[in-house]
Amino acid sequence: MTVQQLSVFIENKSGALVKVLRLLKQEDIQLIATTIADTADFGIFRIICSQPEKAYQVLRDAGVAVSLCEVFAVELDDRPGMAADAIELFASEGISISYLYSFLLNGKGILIFRTDNAEKAAGIITANGLKAYNFLANK
Amino acid sequence: MSYQKFFNPEESYSRSEIEALQLERLQATVKHCMDSPFYKERFREAGLSPSDIRTLDDLKKIPFTTKQDLRDTYPFGLASVPLDKCVRLHSSSGTTGNPTVILHTRKDLDEWANAVARCLWMVGCRPEDVFQNTSGYGMFTGGLGFQYGAEKVGMLTVPAAAGNTLRQLKFFTDFGTTVVHAIPSYAARLYEVMCEKGIDPRKDTKLRTLVIGAEPHSEDTRKRIENMLGVKAYNSFGMSEMCGPGVAFECPEQNGMHIWEDYYIVEIVNPDTLEPVPDGEVGELVLTTLKREAMPLLRYRTRDLTRILPGECPCGRHHIRLDRMKGRSDDMIILKGVNIFPIQIETILMQFEELASDYLITLETVDGNDAMTVDVEMKDLFIDDYSKLQALSREITRQLRDEILITPKVRLVPKNSLPKSEGKAVRVVDTRKKY
Repeated sequence: MTVQQLSVFIENKSGALVKVLRLLKQEDIQLIATTIADTADFGIFRIICSQPEKAYQVLRDAGVAVSLCEVFAVELDDRPGMAADAIELFASEGISISYLYSFLLNGKGILIFRTDNAEKAAGIITANGLKAYNFLANK
Repeated sequence: MSYQKFFNPEESYSRSEIEALQLERLQATVKHCMDSPFYKERFREAGLSPSDIRTLDDLKKIPFTTKQDLRDTYPFGLASVPLDKCVRLHSSSGTTGNPTVILHTRKDLDEWANAVARCLWMVGCRPEDVFQNTSGYGMFTGGLGFQYGAEKVGMLTVPAAAGNTLRQLKFFTDFGTTVVHAIPSYAARLYEVMCEKGIDPRKDTKLRTLVIGAEPHSEDTRKRIENMLGVKAYNSFGMSEMCGPGVAFECPEQNGMHIWEDYYIVEIVNPDTLEPVPDGEVGELVLTTLKREAMPLLRYRTRDLTRILPGECPCGRHHIRLDRMKGRSDDMIILKGVNIFPIQIETILMQFEELASDYLITLETVDGNDAMTVDVEMKDLFIDDYSKLQALSREITRQLRDEILITPKVRLVPKNSLPKSEGKAVRVVDTRKKY
């Protein structure tokens, strides 16, 4: 029910983002979803991509500050209110979402998120029959 | 009311009168230095005795005194009088390594006040004036130094101290302040807030004279400040080792700072060879105190780079003129009038295990004010958590502020992203407009 996500430290200066993207392009690594927040001095560029371990190695070798971690990926039907219902499950158990991003893929809504309690969150996902999403299996 | 032109008779001495007085005072100072264990030992090592100083040129036989000597003898090892004769000390900021301490007897404080008063008198300050000092008081010598000097002139003094700009402006208008002492960046800030509050310095205040110093600034900056506030701005030079302000000061010609040669002997040396540089060339300023009781200093290497302006000054004073300071022969940074050594910053940064060893200090002028940015490289891996990164950057900022007394902007940057120069890390970039 988790997928590997790359987190890349991006300085707030021109060229920082494109450097990372170009490195991935050169290795034919495809982006599936990304997110970057807007802060004054730096950003964390979070990436779900094909071949995350290879991507991690490529970026590390190029001297990019990067880490690889597991985040939850849940598949929802593409209908209004689905995300609300899913997140409410966590809220009612007192679990905080550290960050979340979502996108549509092949007619399904995908939620990517991290919580402050991975073990408990995994239990909730299983107990409520939320469908884990596996990008690599769907490729 | 009409006043005399010169505050002290020494101010108008001819060259030969100045030099005769210097020799007399140098010989007395050297003799007095033998009451300091430090200098007694220095002279013994150099095989020198006070009676060897027969001419001003003999000064060159005496070894230099350095800031390191002050640190090594911290706190009172350079005193030439018993401590019970001392009434005040001033100490440098910072907690990295030993600070430097300067001791003063009552007479030292009186002479210091006299030197500052002479400077202020020279630019037209008179007992009718109202003098407001925006310097920090306490250990920072720009506070008490100007305070006693201004009182000696007989001005009404407003010891407003640093900060609280709105209150400063209220004092200007309520008390009719005519003379202000401020570092250049704060003068610009005062104007900015005046504009915000709809105060026209020309109409709504009686400001006439501004004393600026402690912070390197260009002629352009001076002109800008003069135009903004409708004042004449005079450059002031001093350092805590030489009491503080009152060492050298511009006369109404605004072309170089007269250094009071009845108080100091001036040498300009090549910082590498320590040989005198030819007249008019830039080198390191070396000063010998001539009237100090508690802590006379012989051939003190100030680390400030400057030159002696050639020629006579039309103002009628024969005390030589120093050009604006051109920089430092060590790595000391002067920011908003505060002295900072990069090692102070490095020591703090190295205590953070999240950080790698490279950092870059950038000094800039932002909206007319000095600003410092510290870029710090993080270690290879980092935490995927905005709040932790921001907390880290805040904690670094807080600790730096506690050390250097100035709040820098701290930026976290990836490893190996800072510029290197021929393999050697660049530590300080100064883009401020200064000279």
